[in-house]
Amino acid sequence: MGGVWAILQHREGKAHPGSWEAVTAAKRIAEAIGSTADAVLLGSEVKTLADEAARTGVASVRVADHPALASYVPGPYTVALVGAAKQEQPRFVVFPHTYQSVDYMAGVAHGYDAGVLSEVIALQAGADGVVWTRPILQGKLQARARVRGDGPMVVSVQAGAFPAADRATGQTAPIVPLAVDAGALQAERDLLGVEDAAADVVDLTACERIVAVGRGIGGPDKLPIIRELAAALGAEIGASRPVIDNGWLPRDRQIGSSGQTVAPKLYVAVGISGAIQHLVGMKGANCTVAINKDPGAPIFNVADYGIVGDLFEIVPALTKALLESRPS
Amino acid sequence: MKIAVCIKQVPDTEARLRLNKQGTWIEEEDLPFVINESDECALEEALQIRDKSGGGEVVVFSLGPERVREALRKALALGADRAAHLHDPAFSLGDPVATARALAAAVGREPFDLVLTGSQSDDLGWGVTASLVAARLGLPHAWLVMGIEVENGGGSARVVREMEAGKNEIFRLRLPAVLEVQAGINHPRYASLKGIMQAKRKEIATLSRAEIGLAEGEAGAAGSRVEILKVDFPRAGTGARILEGDVASTASQLVELLRAEARVL
Repeated sequence: MGGVWAILQHREGKAHPGSWEAVTAAKRIAEAIGSTADAVLLGSEVKTLADEAARTGVASVRVADHPALASYVPGPYTVALVGAAKQEQPRFVVFPHTYQSVDYMAGVAHGYDAGVLSEVIALQAGADGVVWTRPILQGKLQARARVRGDGPMVVSVQAGAFPAADRATGQTAPIVPLAVDAGALQAERDLLGVEDAAADVVDLTACERIVAVGRGIGGPDKLPIIRELAAALGAEIGASRPVIDNGWLPRDRQIGSSGQTVAPKLYVAVGISGAIQHLVGMKGANCTVAINKDPGAPIFNVADYGIVGDLFEIVPALTKALLESRPS
Repeated sequence: MKIAVCIKQVPDTEARLRLNKQGTWIEEEDLPFVINESDECALEEALQIRDKSGGGEVVVFSLGPERVREALRKALALGADRAAHLHDPAFSLGDPVATARALAAAVGREPFDLVLTGSQSDDLGWGVTASLVAARLGLPHAWLVMGIEVENGGGSARVVREMEAGKNEIFRLRLPAVLEVQAGINHPRYASLKGIMQAKRKEIATLSRAEIGLAEGEAGAAGSRVEILKVDFPRAGTGARILEGDVASTASQLVELLRAEARVL
């Protein structure tokens, strides 16, 4: 059994940035098991993307090119990939851990009779084989796992865990077509459209300062202290997913993988534990302050400054200190 | 409609976590457990769909140790009609493939019009178990569902699925299907006193490995390719500079640092 496949995700001719991270992960896995990494592309008329992938230092780019694969639908994508995998027997199939890829990777694992290891953030080759690290308990802890046996595995890698592969290596890998059983590419979803999850009233992406609030706020009645802090900072208010799901703030305030991706100069995270889905939306912040009662909260790992304690005491004190420090 | 709902019991997200002695999992003694958030939303969705369809049944499935009965009892109090507890030491330490094998075998024992569950557990968070159940049952599925409208007399559903960057995808899916909902699709109800009383008379069937027809090597750790060796707290990395002192002093330190060091004020 053979190689390591990195599955490239794309939309409207452009690669999802996670694709290039999957390529890096695939190369590292290949190195760890003494194999080679290939990039795999499902789509229609994806020559430009295949050429880009060919320059990443992979051994080859395998392309399944068919009109039924033009845009993502799980049925055809699963059938095409399973068929190709059965024929070429890759040992690892590596996906970016995205809303699109995870939607069908389990189907691929089932069809290819492979094990599944999702949301990997690191891997380490050792005497007893590869040890894989993934976040658990919403990022509060990490688990190290191993894979038993040498059967095939389907793996997904979390955004930002591996650097994007260099697409200017000076190498050009061969582009090889993958056979597709066109008759089997039946879409079971009848696509009706795409809509915005929220009317984008507030564009947080351009804000210089953001005060973001998380589950730790406890309820909407506690929001005034956050508003006062935001006002003192001249900041907009954002939120992590639980706040939105509970209806404490409207969905257009959501920051994270399913919300807006922001890169302010100052990001103040209040009562946010720092699940990976939130961190991917704010890691571009220039300076991050975390206020949380749990000293073990993962947000402290990415923040520049941290205050451990009761936000209901700290936030008003911070507002007061800001107002008092203003040059008169 | 007859709807199966798969739920998982997980540690309360607010609970302070400690490692067990071996460092292989968290210490479960004195740890509060709840129904996984997105699974509770799946249950709420199932109850609403059942009631809107004018009848049918909501059957809740959960795999896990004895404590899981409490989660099933709560699901019954919320309005589910009956429950099945996959309860057997042979099920423990399963990876997503082994757990999906068991859940699919249990759910597949009777016909359902729809299978609902959450998108991801708040503990192990594999995010793939329900999709594997769908694959095993040969049903279409969707992950990260934010809206379900049953149409066509239960023959299909209009599904809203979350994508990245604030977009939703809308499509039609034939039923039966496995739909994995996102937390936030609805606001789950609270159990009423009447519901809690009624739940006491509702059935919780216990299903063992043999009863759902799995061989010894197919369930739990024995049927798993992935084994968790160790769990630990993430290393702090560079980490935040933690400000010490009383509340007023940390606040003024922070303002000074933001002004003079970070230069963001």
